[in-house]
Order: sequence, then structure tokens, then C-alpha cells
Amino acid sequence: MLNASRHNVLPGFSLSLGYVLVYLSLLVLIPLGGLVARSMQMSFSDVWAIATSPRALAAYKVSFGCALLAAIVNAFFGLIVAWVLVRYDFWGRKLIDSFVDLPFSLPTAVAGITLTSLYANTGWVGQYLEPLGIKVAFTPLGIVVALIFIGIPFVVRTVQPVIEDIEADVEEAAATLGATRWQTFSKVLFPALAPALLTGFTLSFARAVGEYGSVIFIAGNMPMVSEITPLLIISKLEQYDLPGAIVLAVVMLVISFVLLLAINLLQWWSANRHSGRHVDGGVQA
Amino acid sequence: MSIEVRNITKRFGNFVALDNVSLQIPTGELVALLGPSGCGKTTLLRIIAGMESADAGSVSFHGEDATHVHTRERKVGFVFQHYALFRHMSVFDNVAFGLRVKPRNERPSEAQIRERVMTLLSLVQLDWLADRFPAQLSGGQRQRIALARALAVEPKVLLLDEPFGALDTQVRKELRRWLRRLHDEMHIASVFVTHDQEEALEVADRVVVMNKGHVEQVGTPDEVYSAPASPFVYRFLGNVNVFHSRMHGEWAEVGRGGPKTQDESLAFVRPHDIEIQRESTAGSLSARVLHIQAIGPLVRVEVEHQGEIFEVELTRERHAQLALQENEVVWLKPRSMRIFQGDQLTQAHTFDLGGGI
Repeated sequence: MLNASRHNVLPGFSLSLGYVLVYLSLLVLIPLGGLVARSMQMSFSDVWAIATSPRALAAYKVSFGCALLAAIVNAFFGLIVAWVLVRYDFWGRKLIDSFVDLPFSLPTAVAGITLTSLYANTGWVGQYLEPLGIKVAFTPLGIVVALIFIGIPFVVRTVQPVIEDIEADVEEAAATLGATRWQTFSKVLFPALAPALLTGFTLSFARAVGEYGSVIFIAGNMPMVSEITPLLIISKLEQYDLPGAIVLAVVMLVISFVLLLAINLLQWWSANRHSGRHVDGGVQA
Repeated sequence: MSIEVRNITKRFGNFVALDNVSLQIPTGELVALLGPSGCGKTTLLRIIAGMESADAGSVSFHGEDATHVHTRERKVGFVFQHYALFRHMSVFDNVAFGLRVKPRNERPSEAQIRERVMTLLSLVQLDWLADRFPAQLSGGQRQRIALARALAVEPKVLLLDEPFGALDTQVRKELRRWLRRLHDEMHIASVFVTHDQEEALEVADRVVVMNKGHVEQVGTPDEVYSAPASPFVYRFLGNVNVFHSRMHGEWAEVGRGGPKTQDESLAFVRPHDIEIQRESTAGSLSARVLHIQAIGPLVRVEVEHQGEIFEVELTRERHAQLALQENEVVWLKPRSMRIFQGDQLTQAHTFDLGGGI
């Protein structure tokens, strides 16, 4: 550390690193560590029994499955929204651009209630879906809808600046070399967007896994069918089953951590490939 | 492949970028579009490439009309000022791009692509960089890769938009000479845009001088430099002294101040076309030496004549012979000059009544 501060041009390295460590410890590491430590006090067989009970397994499946589905849908449509907002100039663009942020600021309970009333079998949208045999509210599909709603700004806001950064001449270069519009998109534009899209996907997924407020209104919360893990934790707490709640929380923590780590590694790998960090020696013209 | 541009007009809103421009570029010629920024040279290049569509007029390649042909099918090689390389692809993949996007029945095999790309990379002397990414290259290297990429699809014409604009002087000079050699090996029509007169005069077979959407002059570098067709070309290419003069029929009276009248005209003389004399002779103007500056092979002398400052360039020998002093009064004798009335070149003879300092 002494070495680092001696050679670093930016001042205050030790101070700021110390601050970061304390801050992260207080806010993240200590609470999570406490959670894990608390679960350690139980016997392994008890923990395993709670963690793998059929109701818990079904809840994990709903939580992670719906979040994944929602994140995939968001990655696809978020990319289109970002593309349209950057590339085309049309009346009301600024307005639509500000609508994108709405899910960020809207209380999730409001979102949940609104979506539920829309998609219930008497709602504006639900009444037309009902005859087609599509039930949205009070099913896992409803959970996906809610998670798409809260996750879309993450994709749009991460991809948007990257699309803005792509120079028009790169597309023109592809055209002079004989590439069709589709080839230009798939071989030139998409690879440039992919790292940002992956980040947006990750953020949207992480947000969806942790979502609670909007989901409980639309999900119907039927055990084994449309009950998300956070809700199961709450219901265990309400029954004063603290150990059960803690075990589920730790399972959520571990799965989330592993998934995010995997996605981050993937991202690190794709970003490092083209960064040009391995320049050796002097480069001449 | 020759390029023919006929009566092209292009407007951006109220701004007229190109006003009825026509141009012919034969095969094998390297042509420079030269002009200040905003003169329409880049727009013209982009219209030839099909990236911009003209409001009126036509573009044809080798007699075939290409006005409505998509960029993709024009078979032009285009080199951008800021390289426009594909960042996520290696140098090899960048150069191979044009071959790989060909329709399946025209696409060469992977082995043929490899061979062609490596040939091109050795042509631009960068075959040892095939596996690098653009971010790992210097500006000069990137531009050479961009050129190799453009040549991979065997373009009929090569268009370069300020290709050396983003590079430093040393690299520019090297790449200029290199581009000239490369062009000579390929027998295609090449057009490059530049605002650097030195670059245009040094590299091109012909120079097209443009200003405000018009073509001012087309000619060899020597023609545009020594016989400019308009005051603009005179001022844009190299240093020039401008003497106010007055027309008297076929005669122009040079170097006389006084009230501006309708028959006022301007006489243009290059600094190295002025002789400095100690004695007054017919047609010479008196002037006072202000400043003497010796740089390189030439000696630059600033003189004042009727309140205006003019520049004279002398060889070192002549300067040593004259042994000029500052504030000394000398006589200027233009060896050759061109007189313009408005934008019109006149065939006037010159005389001078010996105006005072």
C-alpha cells in the first residue's frame, strides 16, 4: 500500500480505499455475513431439509425462472427501444425517453396494483386475453409481466449511450464493403453493443430476482405455482419461523452471487478481448 | 474505371453545398479535391460513393449511370478520416470483412480469403499485425489497415476522405508518398479530399480546387500553382502579394493608392516572383524594408509600399549580393503577375508611374 501511494499520481489512495472498505462492510458484508453465520448455528440436515422442501424448490423456480424470462424479453425489446430513441428523430421522442425512467421511480406497489387491475379477467387488457385462454394476473405469467415492467429501464439506459457512441462511418464502411443491412447489424453493430446489452441484461435480471412489491399483487401467491422466494421468506417470518427464513435467504444469496459472478466473468472476458491492453513495445506508423 | 460527375447540385436546408458541379476523372489518375472546410469537397466525395444523394445531376462509372445504385453495389473503396475500423474485429477480420459478406456463390473459400488478406497486409507492410485489434495500433497503422480493407473487394474506384487529416506531420508525409506508389500499382481512379494544399500539390496528378460549392479550377499541380484561374485559387495555394491597380484600357496601373473606382483591379504576385533592386527601372515600385528573416534556403523580406506590407522571397545568394538593411528604401520589380478584375482574369499589360512609398 505504501508502494502504491508512493507511485500513484492520484492522491488519497489509502484514505479512499479505507473508506470503501468500511462502507461496504457496514452496508453489505456485515449484514450478509451475519445472515450466513446465523444459518451456521443450525445443523446441516435441518438446513438441507428447509432449503430443499418442495415448496422452497418451487419458489426458487418461480423466482429465478420468471426473472430470467423477464430479463431475456427486456434485453430484446430494450435494445429496440434504445435503438429507436437514438437513431430516429420523431415527434414525442423526448417524452417517450422520459417514460422509460418511470419504472425506476414509480413505487413498485403502485406498479403491481396497476398491472393487476389491467390484466385481471375484468381489466382493460385481461378481458380480451381471457377468451383466448390466456390468464396473466395471478399466474407466473403475471409475475413475468411485472418483472418486465420494472426491469426495462436498466437495459435501455445501459445500451443507449453505447448506440450513441457508434460512429455512422462504421456503418458506411460496412456498406461500401458490400454488406447488407442485416450483415451490418449482425456483424458490425451487434458485437459492439453486446457487452452493454449483457450489462443491461444482468442488471435487469438482478433487479427482477430481488423484486417484491409489484409481484405480490399480481402473482396470486399460490404455493407451488406462483409464490416467489421473497414472499415465502416473509410468510415464514410472519409465522415466527426465523431459521426457515434465514435458510431461504442464504440460498437466495448464494444463487444470486454465483449467477452474477458468472455473468461478470463473461463480461470481463468479452470486454478484455478488444481493449488493446496487451500492446507490447513502441508502436510505429 | 473512370468517374464522371455531371451537374451535381446538393442543398442542406438553405445551405448550397454543391452548385452544378461537373467533373471527369479518367482511369489511372489520382485526383485531389482541395478547398477550405465547407466548400463541398467531402459532400462531392460522398455523392460519388453513394452515401449521400444529390438533389440534381448524375454520377456514372465508366459510362454506366450509377446515380441510383446503392453504395453496396457501387464497388467503391472508401477510406475515412477517422479510419472507421471495426473495433471488435482483429486486423485480419477487418480486412477479410468485404470478402466474407459476399453472397455465398461469390464468396471465396476461407483459404482463398486468408491468402488474399495476407497479400493485402503485406502490400501495406503490416502483415505482422494480423492478430492485433485496432485499439492496439497507431493512427498511421490504422489508416493503412483501413486502406487494405477497402482494397480487399477490388474496388473500381478508390475514394479517400481526408485520409491523413488525423495524423501528425511526419506520418502524413510518409503515407502520402506511400499512397502515390500504391495508386500507381493499381490502375484505378482515385480521388482524395484534403484541405492541405501541400498534400494536394505533392501527391495528385490533377487538383480540383473548390470553393463555396463551385469548382474554381481543375489542373495539374503546376497549372493551379503557377497559373491560378481566380483570385481565390491564388490566395488558397501558397503565399501571394496583392497590389491594388487600376485599368486604363489594355493597361493596368499597378501599385497606386487613391480612391477606389470602377476600373479597380487586383494584381497578384508570388513572393518569389518579385525582384528587389537598388535602382528604379521601368515598372518598379519603391518600398521600404521592414524586416529580414532567413529560414532554410530562402530569405524572407517584408517590405512596405504605400502603407501595405508585402512579402518577397530571395535566394540566399541574391540576399548576400544585395546586403539589405532594415528601413532601407529599395525598388520592387515583379517578374510575373496576373491581374484580375473582379473574378475575371485580364490580359492587361502593366505599367507603373512610379508611386511613392
